[in-house]
Amino acid sequence: MTFEAPGFWPPSGPEVVFLLLGLVAVGSALLVVTTRQLVHAALWLVLCFGALAGGYLVLTAEFVAWVQVLIYVGAIVVLLLFGIMLTRAPIGRSADLDSGNRWAAVLVALATAGVLVSVVVAGFGTAYAPLEPGQGAAKPLGSSIFRTWVLPFEALSVLLLAALIGAIVLSRTDIRGRE
Amino acid sequence: MAEVLDIAVRLIVIVVAFLVLPLIVGQMEHKAMAHMQSRLGPMYAGGFHGWAQLIADGVKFAQKEDVIPAAADRRVFAIAPAVALVPYLVVMVVIPVGPGLVGADLDAGLFFVLAVMGIGVLGSIMAGWASANKYSVLGGMRAAAQLMSYELPLVLAASSVAMAAGTLSLEGIAEQWRWWWLPWQAIGAVVFFVAGLAELRRPPFDMPIAESEIIMGPMTEYTGIRFALFMLAEYVGIVVLSALTTVLFLGGWQGPILPGPVWTLIKIFVLAFVVIWVRVSFPRFREDQLQKLAWIGLVPLALLQLALTGVVRVLLA
Repeated sequence: MTFEAPGFWPPSGPEVVFLLLGLVAVGSALLVVTTRQLVHAALWLVLCFGALAGGYLVLTAEFVAWVQVLIYVGAIVVLLLFGIMLTRAPIGRSADLDSGNRWAAVLVALATAGVLVSVVVAGFGTAYAPLEPGQGAAKPLGSSIFRTWVLPFEALSVLLLAALIGAIVLSRTDIRGRE
Repeated sequence: MAEVLDIAVRLIVIVVAFLVLPLIVGQMEHKAMAHMQSRLGPMYAGGFHGWAQLIADGVKFAQKEDVIPAAADRRVFAIAPAVALVPYLVVMVVIPVGPGLVGADLDAGLFFVLAVMGIGVLGSIMAGWASANKYSVLGGMRAAAQLMSYELPLVLAASSVAMAAGTLSLEGIAEQWRWWWLPWQAIGAVVFFVAGLAELRRPPFDMPIAESEIIMGPMTEYTGIRFALFMLAEYVGIVVLSALTTVLFLGGWQGPILPGPVWTLIKIFVLAFVVIWVRVSFPRFREDQLQKLAWIGLVPLALLQLALTGVVRVLLA
């Protein structure tokens, strides 16, 4: 389904908001890896996830946005902070946070971004879909997951279950491998 | 113009409720606790049974010096109370008190509420870490551990009601509610309320702030208006939890004779009284008992409720 795309100028309200949220997300993501304070990195991650959720909201993916906040901000960042505080969380700058591999990491990150952007551009090009409120509500999302996409959904849930069992086996010291 | 006015009136009502309801709950706690302990509680401020005690407390807090410890992380320390308080204000926007009487009726309102409430605990963790105080860090870690274990039963119990009603909208759930949901969703209601209490870090789940061993945990170093904001967050939290339990499990505005919003308020205050009552009646749980209750007690119960809801739904359909 492609529609006649309106021009990029003047930008519409949602486009401006989306761009600003994108800037916040990229900026805070950069701060996550450049800040010299360990706990601040986790807190910038909160802002990054929040901006991403805002981006989903602007694209009318309401349900995905709230799940993003519930899982990533509410659970994963809290788990991360708990882990950091349990091991080492000094206030102030740490000198030893930089790894010697950081240039390789920059290279890999740029390459990944390049691949993703070129795939999206090649796949969708100038395709345009108008935003209608209600597209990303729970009902249409649920019926498309559990009718059209039920097989990939089940495959993913089996994968998650395998990972869960793996985590339990790894963390239980009383379960030993075969001698 | 009429639309703008409508939104403005709704927002003003929500802000007023946000400021007034916690004060009423706080005063209720002062008086109810006092009488349960054979005391009188505040009697002088304002004249009639000390009704103005909390207003006087607020004035006192506002006048105090705002101390930030020298070793603290100043910026995180300063914004932590806001992170703890603002989510509850945002949640109040989507809680309906009557048919159509809601700030905004979201399609995925239930998920919105659970997601935003989970952010509040970040305030405690930030405060605990940024205070540069070992008791505070301990409190912050306990808060994080508590949130992680109680978020799961909370979400499972809430999704059971959503399954029963066939919608995620809070207004829709309260509309669908019938009296026989009371026995049907009873387990879910108890699990939700208990897990919610734990998420608020109210006694008997107040291990993170345990004043007799880690001296209020994350709040140890806070004084003045920032400390008051933390206290306000706790009491708004009680209002929000009671209101959510009312809307999800007790039918919201449904009830005979009296108008709907009155019923909502009555149910909210009865539940808030239960929160206070529990605080006076139960000793504090130890950290391992807390985790055990969540993982061995509440999670299986919530799963049982989910199964029960599913079976009844299939049988009815």
